[in-house]
Amino acid sequence: MSEFALTHAWLIPLLPALAFVVIGFFTRLDKSISAKIAISMISVSFLLALGVLAAVISGPITMDNPLIQKVLWAKMGTLELSMGVLVDPMTAMMLIVVTTVALLVQIYSVGYMEHDPGAGRFFAFLSLFASSMLGLVISVNFLQMYAFWELVGVCSYLLIGFYYYKISAREAAKKAFITTRIGDFGMLLGILLLQITFGTLDFMELKELVPAYIWISGTGFMTVVGLLLFIGPIGKSGQFPLHVWLPDAMEGPTPVSALIHAATMVVAGVYLVGRAYFIFSALPAVMTVIAWIGGFTAFFAATIAITQRPFKRILAYSTISQLGYMMLALGVGSLTASMFHLMTHAFFKALLFLCAGAVIEAMNEEADIFKMGGLRHRMPTTFKCMAVGVLAIAGVPPFAGFFSKDMILAAAAEVSMPLYLLAAATAFLTAFYMARLLFVAFFGEVREDCPAHETNSYMRMPLVVLAVLAVVSGAWGHFAGFGEWVYFGAVQEEHIDFMIAGSSVLLTLIAFALAYEIYVAKRFSAHLLAQRFGILYTLSYNKYYVDEFYTIVRNTFVDKLGAVLYWFDLHVVDGVVNGLAKGVGCLSCVFTALQNGQAQRYVAVFYCGVIVLVAYSVFCAVRILNLLGGAF
Amino acid sequence: MGFPLLSTVLLAPLLMALVICFLPREAREQIRVLAAAAMGLATCLTLYAYAAYDTAVGGMQFTEQIPWVTDLGVSYSLGIDGISLPMLLLTDVIGLASVFSSWNIEKRAKEFFILLLILIAGVTGTFVACDLFIFLLCYEVVVIPIYIMVLIWGSTKRVPKEYSGMKLTIFLLMGSAFMLVGIVSLYLGAYPAGQRTFDIQALIMASQMGNMSAEFQIFVFLLLLTGFGSLLSMFPFHSWSPDGYAGAPTAVSMIHAGVLKKIGGYGLIRLGLMVLPLGAKFWAPLIAGLAMINVMYAAYCAMVQKDLKYIIGYSSVSHMGYVLLGFAALNVVSISGAIANMVAHGIMASLFFSQIGYVYEKTHMRSIPDLKGLAHYFPRVTIGFMLAGMASVGLPGLIEFVPEVTIFMGTIGVYPFFAVIAIAGIIFTALYILRMLAKVLFGPKDEHFAKYEDQKGVEVLPLLLLGLFLVGFGIFPELLMRVIDSGVQPLAPMLAALSDVPMLLGGGF
Amino acid sequence: MIDIFSLSVMDIVNWSLHVGLAHFLLLAAVLFSIGLYGLLTKKGIISTLMCVELMLNAANINLVAFNHYRPFQDFSGQLMAIFSVAVAASEVAVGIALAFRIYREHGSIHVDELNNMKG
Repeated sequence: MSEFALTHAWLIPLLPALAFVVIGFFTRLDKSISAKIAISMISVSFLLALGVLAAVISGPITMDNPLIQKVLWAKMGTLELSMGVLVDPMTAMMLIVVTTVALLVQIYSVGYMEHDPGAGRFFAFLSLFASSMLGLVISVNFLQMYAFWELVGVCSYLLIGFYYYKISAREAAKKAFITTRIGDFGMLLGILLLQITFGTLDFMELKELVPAYIWISGTGFMTVVGLLLFIGPIGKSGQFPLHVWLPDAMEGPTPVSALIHAATMVVAGVYLVGRAYFIFSALPAVMTVIAWIGGFTAFFAATIAITQRPFKRILAYSTISQLGYMMLALGVGSLTASMFHLMTHAFFKALLFLCAGAVIEAMNEEADIFKMGGLRHRMPTTFKCMAVGVLAIAGVPPFAGFFSKDMILAAAAEVSMPLYLLAAATAFLTAFYMARLLFVAFFGEVREDCPAHETNSYMRMPLVVLAVLAVVSGAWGHFAGFGEWVYFGAVQEEHIDFMIAGSSVLLTLIAFALAYEIYVAKRFSAHLLAQRFGILYTLSYNKYYVDEFYTIVRNTFVDKLGAVLYWFDLHVVDGVVNGLAKGVGCLSCVFTALQNGQAQRYVAVFYCGVIVLVAYSVFCAVRILNLLGGAF
Repeated sequence: MGFPLLSTVLLAPLLMALVICFLPREAREQIRVLAAAAMGLATCLTLYAYAAYDTAVGGMQFTEQIPWVTDLGVSYSLGIDGISLPMLLLTDVIGLASVFSSWNIEKRAKEFFILLLILIAGVTGTFVACDLFIFLLCYEVVVIPIYIMVLIWGSTKRVPKEYSGMKLTIFLLMGSAFMLVGIVSLYLGAYPAGQRTFDIQALIMASQMGNMSAEFQIFVFLLLLTGFGSLLSMFPFHSWSPDGYAGAPTAVSMIHAGVLKKIGGYGLIRLGLMVLPLGAKFWAPLIAGLAMINVMYAAYCAMVQKDLKYIIGYSSVSHMGYVLLGFAALNVVSISGAIANMVAHGIMASLFFSQIGYVYEKTHMRSIPDLKGLAHYFPRVTIGFMLAGMASVGLPGLIEFVPEVTIFMGTIGVYPFFAVIAIAGIIFTALYILRMLAKVLFGPKDEHFAKYEDQKGVEVLPLLLLGLFLVGFGIFPELLMRVIDSGVQPLAPMLAALSDVPMLLGGGF
Repeated sequence: MIDIFSLSVMDIVNWSLHVGLAHFLLLAAVLFSIGLYGLLTKKGIISTLMCVELMLNAANINLVAFNHYRPFQDFSGQLMAIFSVAVAASEVAVGIALAFRIYREHGSIHVDELNNMKG
């Protein structure tokens, strides 16, 4: 079974694609059949992914010895573009994460989309997304990765804009696509430079060639390539300064936010850096940039999250912040920590989002947490799951986040103290805003007009599964030796630094206590605090005005410049064209004056012409006769 | 010589136009079915040729030759190779789709289909001709129907249709004037009197034997560049394109943007590069610079347009910039990309125009502020718009991705500066395409559109047909690349030999 | 070539007395010039027609004269002249008819006023 799964890993992305085609063409209008097709296909993919995982664990496949299958996709001249499958432990881990979350989210969607007439379309898009994401994960070269990278981008576009009749959704979808496109531009440039420098985009071949190249030519050129490549992940994984699309992406249906904008697609950037780690790790300058962008993003997003009010928006900023952690881990040289956090984060963040979906649906689309309250009485299961998620993300032992976050903090502490402090501060903020979310929404008195009720079983079951995963995945990873399995260079040793772990747990507990004092015990007034912090609060609440800045940039450099160039086109380029036409017209005016209708004038002109012609021919004749010897 | 396949493909529309001449004006139903049948036959034969073309052998296949004016060296000589075959396929597919897009035409349907078929035959002729005389002849055949069709069936929006028709025609004729001078110079310059010929292969031979000096090549290439460049809407000869498409009826916009424009690129490769390699090399930096301007400038102009057809008009100018860039880089990869990009752009631009045409036919609206929330009432049109839009953006799995990436791979090493700016075009393309899609398709329901019907029956066929190629060639690019590669691969030695030929301004960009 | 400056008085007298081709050509040229002058200057359509006649007859004289002085005697020159006379006759007929029509339309036959063909 596992051998079959390994050799047929290409089926994993293909099956959901098949579901997309079938649903898209035939069963789009029938909700329940569409859902069944989508779920059954992703379940088979999940089973295959399990098989791959089993094969990877038991077999000889390691990070340095992956399984590779390739087929030619297109060939022109010396350039060969191929598609294929690369299976190593990192791939296997990602396959499991993606298929698990996708499967659970699709089951959840059956309940969530119960009353939506467009559910068939929704399942088609979800399947297409799953397929693209799985294709990205098994990419064997940069081009394949770029292709699927774009595809997941477009699926994200389609799903954010799923409620296409809402202007906000439509604009958010557009924003997401274009912002990530800016990142893709840089990444494409990096890929092209790799292609012309090395003549190949294959990960395995580049793994041999790049270090040799750096050994010979130094890091100068490759640093440029590395930075360009990293722009892609900045866009996709919502790193500063291209993070602006991710909070807006919450306009999509909540299962989409859980699947795409928390657990899978947004980590594609992290995955790409991990996949191309043989390039980045050889370039210290790029590594520093990655670490600082990651660390800064983590902190920056956390400071925004503490003042936001909509449920999903808080989670969105927390996603950005957690993605920053993963980047930070990569930047400080720990692929293992990053991938470990990627996995645990996928589970607990998907859990949090699915809880958010349940809450928001129960609240009749009310998203503001300050309009909720006391939900733990109305939605006990959801509350328990949510609490697990919050504990996991805050890093309370023995929940999943504790192990992965600890690993990141330890890795950061080894490399740079400022980065460690930044990460620790972020951990504190994270615990604070997650506790705030939990306390405000779920504790306190139940409001009188609160419509909340427990959701249906389709939506509850995935929550429970994810909650279990959010508890066990960290400990499992830690004790089963994740580091011996997904690593770069040398195998990572598993150990808990009690100094670091202890301090971060302490910080978390302080943050919890603080949030409790403010939002449950109401010992401090949140409002007064906001006033006390005045300008900081305003900055944070308005997300540091990054969106406004981009609007100005866009208005100036896109719309205004476009208007100027169009003016140029109309008046200069077309002006020349029309001017030429007018010139020809004027010239014809001059010549029409000659045609004055006077027959006698014509005769005169005609006669003059005859005289000239005769004179010319006589002249010629005389010359010829002279040449002939004057016979005349 | 077996079955005259190419002649059949070329003459089927012409003969059918003749047949339609004799049908009564009222037989609208029969006329359009016959037109579709002729194009269907041509398409099937072309598909057969596409499948049967032997890429391992390459070169001109399915050749036919009948001497015509022997004193001048003119012969009726047809043939296709890996460069013209995709173009031929494009012509017939878009031709067929344009017949279906014109299905509901009421006004003077008989004359419309006659002119349309003549137009398609003319375009087909330019691609299958192996003789420059036939090439020019077919090209001139194309111009006149377009003018008449714009005047009778066109639409007046920003500019009167008379203006746009005239602009279109004058630019085409101006292009053909330069082309004519260039071609006659080639004819006179290649061989001494008595051996002169219009045969392209013979001209290529003459060029390889060194019958044409570098100065001659540089001069003649400039003529051809002006001619073919204005066809390809190269900056600054592009301004006919948006105005012309906006004025033209749907079918003409489809054929014009889809294939006619590509005669420019095809001619540049077939004549400019193959016959005049030294000239091509000399002017390449200029072309690359203009290509970059094309890409960015037209994308910016597209950004501020209000009329759908203007957006696609400018977008096609922008995409032609990639074709020019691929050409200018003068290597096997980039030229393959340029040819594939012409095919890709042809399919997606004509899909766009067919969908816009349908919306305009129903609602008589084309301006973005008027149209909103079409997805509620036109789901199929929405799919068409999305497919074409996503292809324009360069989405993998659709036809445009591989050509674009190929062009970028071929050019970035040759003209890093121009290429980087042109690649930045992908952001701007996404910007204007997505803005357009968002405003036109999505948003709240507008009851105003409730009375219109979505595409059904024959009206869906353009979407299906073009969508099939859009997705098919996107997922299996090798189907397209295999043929193109067999056409471009023979140029490899020549391109390699060009590496140290002098360029304009030393070519340092 | 004839060197006119070296001609003596006798030569001129001789040339004047012995009528030859040149005399005919001179006559034709004079007639033609008069006709052309009239054609270009006369206002009335009838006068211009008459002038055209003069020019045609000048041509006829040339034809006959050349024929006479040709080495081979045939009647091709005369033939041409007769053709030309016939054409001239019909031309006059058409011309006068046109003149009538023009007079009816415009009330005058001044050539200056007939500028309907002005561009």
